[in-house]
Formats: sequence, C-alpha cells, structure tokens
Amino acid sequence: MQQGSIITDEMKEQLGVEGTPTILEVEKGHIRMMAEALGDPNPLWQDEEYAKKTRYGGIIAPPALLCNARAGTGRGVQMKSPFLRALAGGDELEYYLPVRPGDVITSVSKIAEYNEREGRRGKMLFTIIETTYKNQRGEVVATSRSTYISY
Amino acid sequence: MKKQLYYEDVEVGSEVTPLAKIATTQMLVKWAGASGDFNPLHYEDTFAANQGVGSPIVHGALKRAWLGHLMTDWIGEQGLLKRLSCQYRGMDKPRKMASMISPEEGETWWCKGTVTKKYIEDDQHIVECDIWVENGREEKTTPGTATVILPSREAKS
Repeated sequence: MQQGSIITDEMKEQLGVEGTPTILEVEKGHIRMMAEALGDPNPLWQDEEYAKKTRYGGIIAPPALLCNARAGTGRGVQMKSPFLRALAGGDELEYYLPVRPGDVITSVSKIAEYNEREGRRGKMLFTIIETTYKNQRGEVVATSRSTYISY
Repeated sequence: MKKQLYYEDVEVGSEVTPLAKIATTQMLVKWAGASGDFNPLHYEDTFAANQGVGSPIVHGALKRAWLGHLMTDWIGEQGLLKRLSCQYRGMDKPRKMASMISPEEGETWWCKGTVTKKYIEDDQHIVECDIWVENGREEKTTPGTATVILPSREAKS
C-alpha cells in the first residue's frame, strides 16, 4: 500500500478557487441537437406551437443541457492527479428555473472536495467539482456537483 | 398530448414508466457533438484500451440525460424536475452500426424508477424516486435518485 496522502498542498490550494466563467448562449438549434442526441422527442424541447400552450409559454431546454463541457462544467479549474486514468463518477443536479432559447447562461466551477480511497487496483482520487449556472438576469438556474475519479 | 400525472396518482412503491434506450456508436458521436465531450474514451478503440476499459464506453452524462428523459416524460409538462443525481458505477458498451441508420443486434437498456417518498412541503407536492439505467443483463449500471414536484388535483391554486 502506498504511504501518505496523494492530496498535495498544491492541490489543497485549489480548493474553492473559481475557474474562468463560461458563457453559453442558448440556441434552439443546440437544444434540438441535444434532444436528438439523447433520443428525446418531447415537443416541449422543439415544437414552438406546442410549447406556447404549456405553462412555459415556449420552448425550454431539457435538463441535459447543463452539466457538460459545452455548458462549461469544470472549465478552468486546476484539476491535478498523480494518476493517468480518469472516469466520471457521478453527477448531482439541482434545478431552479427553466432554461430557454435566448438565455445567456454563465457557469462557474470550483473544486469543492477531494477524497482518497483504497480500491481494488490501489489508491483512487475522487475530485468533486461544484458548478453554478446563472442566467442573464443573475438568477441561479441550476447547480451541479460532479465527481471525477482518477486511478 | 399525454395524460398529466398528479400527486394523487402515485404511492410509495409506484413504478416510474420505464423507458427503453439503445446506445449506438452513432449516438455517442451525436452526444459528443451536442455535449462537447470529445474524450476519445468514447470513440477510439486504442485510447479506450489504454485507459483500461477495453473498448469505447457510453458517456456517463448520456446515461444521466436518459434518466432526465425518463423523469420529464413521467412527470409531464406540469411536473417539475427539482433534483437528479446518478452514479456511473458500471460501464456500458454501445452497439455498433450495421448500416448508416440501424444498429447491430444487441443490448437494450432500460431506464426505470420507483417512488420512495411523497410529502407536502411549503404547499409543494413532492415525490422522491430511486432511478437507474439497467443493462441487457438487468444490472443497474447507473443508479440514482430524483426529486420532482407534481401538480395536485386537490390543491388547484
């Protein structure tokens, strides 16, 4: 077993440091691409006539629009690891407001936590990244907490 | 338009209407483009092998997107998805394409869920669920939870 912690002082200094904000201008075309890619034909994501008659009064984005590279999740944070292999461990999202075409979403990520565990193949590092997504009015539309595993 | 689900329609133990999905290499390419995740782990054989996963695997975020689809279909347009979480526990391998539009025979995934809790808080009718993606061998590769707010037949405001 490896001795000592794999979490260095340099890594600890990055806790809570905010990455560069990412701006996502939400377009209908992007929403449609997303819905097609995940195979979700819900007209609320695509059909303006249909969506007008709903509580939203127009097209909204599916929940999958946030928490990915395009939405800036994890952008600009200094993720360090002594390992070469990495996998996504999980995600946790809270949704507060719908995201609509025309919205300008600014996301900011930071490293919230490190955990180390002993796995079958030795030590594993869990890095938890928190991201806040705000719209053009400064309202928080969603937050996410993503776990990355390196080993 | 689909029939709207109401708070009164569900009980602890109720099933979330299951949703079938087929991951294909083509779908992974589309997902990479839509999500901006161009990690070669999801489309390059040698890279995936060197990363120790054998061959390209389905993006965790795509499986999360499927679970989002599961929930938004079930709660209907009057329901609100408040919280969604999942863990990428098991790896899934996409079907290869047999033609430009159709995949080879193979695995079908199911997104499923059950209601674990229902309660009223601040006049909101809240339902919590365990949710998961199940592979062709009925293994839960992507377990998670979701919290939704449903409309109520009794509390029309």
